[in-house]
Amino acid sequence: MSARPSTRPAARPATPLDVARVRADFPILANVRPHGKPLVYLDNGASSQMPQQVIDRFVRYRQWEHANIHRGVHHLSQTATEAYEEARRKVQRYLNAAEEREIVFTSNVTDAINLVMQGYGRKFVAAGDEVVLTHLEHHANIVPWQMLCEEKGARLRVVPIDDAGELVLDEYERLLGPRTKLVAVTHVSNALGTVNPVKAMIATAHRHGVPVLVDGAQAVQHMKVDVRDLDADFYAFTGHKLFGPTGIGALYGKAPLLEKMQPYKGGGDMILSVTFEKTTYNAIPHKFEAGTPPIAAAIGLGAAIDYVGAVGLDAIAAHERALLAYATAAVSEIDGVRIYGSARDKAALISFNVGGVHPHDVGTILDHEGIAIRTGHHCAQPVMQRFGIPATARASFAFYNTFDEVDALAAAIRKVQQLFG
Amino acid sequence: MDSKQLYQEVILDHNKKPRNYGKLEDATHRSEGLNPLCGDHIWLAAKIGGDRIESIAFEGESCAICKASASMMSVAVKGRTVAEVETLVEHFRAMTTGQEDAETSGRYLGRLTVFAGVKDLPSRVKCAILPWHTLHAAVNAEAVTTTEGDADPVARAAE
Ligand SMILES: Cc1ncc(COP(=O)(O)O)c(C=O)c1O
Repeated sequence: MSARPSTRPAARPATPLDVARVRADFPILANVRPHGKPLVYLDNGASSQMPQQVIDRFVRYRQWEHANIHRGVHHLSQTATEAYEEARRKVQRYLNAAEEREIVFTSNVTDAINLVMQGYGRKFVAAGDEVVLTHLEHHANIVPWQMLCEEKGARLRVVPIDDAGELVLDEYERLLGPRTKLVAVTHVSNALGTVNPVKAMIATAHRHGVPVLVDGAQAVQHMKVDVRDLDADFYAFTGHKLFGPTGIGALYGKAPLLEKMQPYKGGGDMILSVTFEKTTYNAIPHKFEAGTPPIAAAIGLGAAIDYVGAVGLDAIAAHERALLAYATAAVSEIDGVRIYGSARDKAALISFNVGGVHPHDVGTILDHEGIAIRTGHHCAQPVMQRFGIPATARASFAFYNTFDEVDALAAAIRKVQQLFG
Repeated sequence: MDSKQLYQEVILDHNKKPRNYGKLEDATHRSEGLNPLCGDHIWLAAKIGGDRIESIAFEGESCAICKASASMMSVAVKGRTVAEVETLVEHFRAMTTGQEDAETSGRYLGRLTVFAGVKDLPSRVKCAILPWHTLHAAVNAEAVTTTEGDADPVARAAE
């Protein structure tokens, strides 16, 4: 940290993305003025905004295409079914899954993880077995496994992190053993931004014959994910962080694994036949999709995937890398500000604290400057405990964020310091 | 509203130099208050003799709004009877949840009306209320309280 007073904007890195053009697709960014200030939306890690193309697709479905899916002989039902199944194929292609039946729609990533816990965990984890997690997990990838372990008399093992927020991989190797039944790991930490080396971790787990679930909630909006290249057994993500609607998420699972799992919810659509004596379950993925799904949200997710594809994940990744470098420099040169998480491979987010000021006060003052960030434990209390803090302020970026917005963030942090003097 | 209107000098001063901050060895009443949504966490101890709050102290981990609220509360309630304190608690809650006009609040709460601004910031209302909520719990011999669930002061105000 240097004491350099800096109203002087730093040199801006080159970016391959026409940010002004993509910003024009997001009506909320230009039209909402919190407290009379231009909106600077830096809470993308919690939920991202939807481009007009996704909103339009969502509306078009509701206006012209809606009926219940799968069981209808009539025109609208077939249109809706086709659109819903096309969205599944879009997810399949986005993750490079081998088959569309390996994609299960869920209501969010939490639901997807719970599906694996209920369908795989409850069937295959027994007393004395172990589930390996990491210290970086979101509560959504901790609590279901705790519930499972409590029910079964199994044990959680936790891969530690170092001061940079990187996993200690030697420890990870040591935790794997004959009792390990599953590894559940986040691809990208929502609290620190650490990108975990999941491909190598999966290879290690597979040497022990252990399947791996990857929580991709913070990954799929930032980078290309290829589940076959990773050799992931399960990969889960959530639509509302990928510029899509809330209420929709997806689970990728290797077909043989999904097939041997038990269904998670019982009801309509997940059966082939029902008598009071016996029910025959439907084939995957329908076995896991009981009840009428959020059809419009799934179709919206498909449109979001198309949108991201059109912008281009390579350009997105390059722009976000530049933003992260610029923001890291701009924030760390402010005296008295500490950044948490300095992994070598890091997604575009900055968790920080302003010395002597509680993050909630930082958040409120930034809000009055029009800047939306998240403050708190980010549903990752173990990470906070690791650093001995109750909370952080977190600015999380998307491809539509600009260098000007980073400058606004840095200026507002200085304003916090002045106020609290 | 500008952030300076919320973070007025008094609030910043009490945050920086909280009054009655620390432990109270001879306390007769104690309570722990927790706001699980934002992580504010305070411990409050009071010595009640006869019917009066003879001394009071608090400590904890919290934002400026919560800490200043606790500090100013401790000053305001010292020497008052439990019944008077309960009245203050009610008015503080009513003010910060927008259930009471400024004039009434002013009559009962005096300088504590610097916290009236939080009523426009739903996410911060509970920060200001937590110390009062915890004091209410302490005088009613409840060891732990939270701003969520059945004890939620904001939800109660909306009923
Ligand atoms: C890493 C991670 N996992 C899980 C979740 C939970 O997402 P959702 O609430 O959409 O299920 C989040 C986001 O809050 C997250 O960042």
